Amino acid sequence: MNLFLILLSAIFVHNFVLSQFLGICPFLGVSKKVETATGMGIAVVFVITLASAATWLVHKFILVPAHIEYLYNIAFILIIASLVQLVEMFIKKSSPSLYQALGVYLPLITTNCAVLGVAVNNMNDGYGFIASVVNGIGAAIGFALAIILFAGIRERVAKCNIPKCMEGFPIALVTAGLMAIAFLGFSGML
Amino acid sequence: MDISSILIPVAAIGGMGLLFGGGLGVASIKLKVEQDPKIPLVRECLPGANCGGCGFAGCDALAEAIATGKAPVNACPVGGAACAAKVGEVMGVKAEQGVKKVAFVKCMGTCEAAKTKFEYYGEQDCDLENGVSGGRKACAFGCLGDGNCVRACNFGALSIVDGVAVVDSEKCVACGACIKACPKHLIELVPDDKKIRVACNSNDMPKPTKDNCSNGCMGCKICEKNCPSQAVAVDKFLAKVDYEKCTQCGVCTQKCPTKAIKDVSGAAVVNE
Repeated sequence: MNLFLILLSAIFVHNFVLSQFLGICPFLGVSKKVETATGMGIAVVFVITLASAATWLVHKFILVPAHIEYLYNIAFILIIASLVQLVEMFIKKSSPSLYQALGVYLPLITTNCAVLGVAVNNMNDGYGFIASVVNGIGAAIGFALAIILFAGIRERVAKCNIPKCMEGFPIALVTAGLMAIAFLGFSGML
Repeated sequence: MDISSILIPVAAIGGMGLLFGGGLGVASIKLKVEQDPKIPLVRECLPGANCGGCGFAGCDALAEAIATGKAPVNACPVGGAACAAKVGEVMGVKAEQGVKKVAFVKCMGTCEAAKTKFEYYGEQDCDLENGVSGGRKACAFGCLGDGNCVRACNFGALSIVDGVAVVDSEKCVACGACIKACPKHLIELVPDDKKIRVACNSNDMPKPTKDNCSNGCMGCKICEKNCPSQAVAVDKFLAKVDYEKCTQCGVCTQKCPTKAIKDVSGAAVVNE
C-alpha cells in the first residue's frame, strides 16, 4: 500500500512538471504535437526508471561508505549522462524500431533536471531500492501525463484565433500555468 | 587538515568517471552498428526536403530503403529524373525514366457554381469546417476552399482560386502532402502529360449533383458512349478516365453537358 501511495503521490500530488516545476525545458520544447510528446514521455519513463535504480546503487555503495555524500550532484550527473549514452547505444544495436521511436529524444534527456530531481528526491526522502524505482516510475508517468495533455491542448490552441501578441510561447506559458493550477487541486489528497 | 579528505573524493569521482568513460568506450566498439556505406552517398543525392512524398518517413529513411534495395532508385518524386540518375550512379543501376506526375484537385465547385447550405463563420480550416456537418457547401464532396492543402504544400504549388484549390503543375513535385491534408480526399496524382481530367468527385445521384453545383459530373454516360477508345467509364455517377487508354482526342470534353471533364492544357479546343 505504501508503494502505491508513493506512486500516486509522484504522478499527481507531486507532479514533477506541474507542481515542482522541473523538466520545463522539454515540457515546452517538445509539446507541439501529441505524437512527439508521447515519444518524449515514453523515453523519459524509460530513462528515469533506470536512472533512479542506478543512482540509488551508487549512493548506497559508493557515496555513503566513502563519506562523500556532498558530491551527490556531480556523481548523479555523471551516472545519468553515461547511462543515457549506454542505453542509446544498446537500443540502437538491439532494437532499431525502438531506436527510431525514442532515439531523437534520448540525448535531450541526458541533462534533463527532472531525471536529476528524481534521484535527489529519492536520496533526500531516504527511500529504499524498490521505493526509489517506484517513485521514479511515478514521477516519469506524471511527466508523460503532463506533457501529453499539454500537447493535446496546444494542438487545439494552435488552430484558435489568438491575439497576435499572445501567439506561440506566451499562450503556451499561460496554458501551462492553468494546468498547474488544476493539478494544485491534488495537493491536499495525500 | 587531513589529506585523505581530498584524495577520497578525487579517487571516488575520478574512478567513476574513468570507469564510465572506459565502459562507454568499450560499449561503443561492442555495440557498433554496421551501416551500409551507400546510405550517406544516396542521401546526398536526394533533395532533402523531407516531404514524405516517396512514402517513407523522410530522405534519410528513403536513402536507407534505396541502399538496401527496398525502394527503386527513382522512388523520389521530387528530384525527378536528374535525382534518379545520380542515385542510380551510386547504386550502379540504370534509372528507368519515370513519368512526371502532378496533383490534381477534382473539383470545380467555385463560389459561383456551387450552392451553399449555410453560412460558415468558423476558423478557416478544412478539417474544422468539415466537422460542421461536412462544411458549408451543398455538395458533400466538394472543395471547402479553406486552404489546408495550400498550407501543407512545401513548394507553393497550390492556391485557392475562386473558392477552390488549384494546383500549379509547374511547381508541383507530386510529393503528396496535399493529398494527406485534404479531408475530402479530393486530390489525386495524375500523369502530367495527360491533360483530360474529370474535375468532379461527386458520387451523388444526378439530380442532387445538378442542384448542388453547375459544374458537377452527373454520370450521364455521354462521355462513355462517345469516347472512341473506351477510355472513360462512369462508376457511381462519376466519370473516370483511364490514362492507359486515353488518346486525348478531346471528344469527351466537348460532349460533356456540364463541362465536368475538362482539358487542363486549354490547347485542344476543337470547333463544333
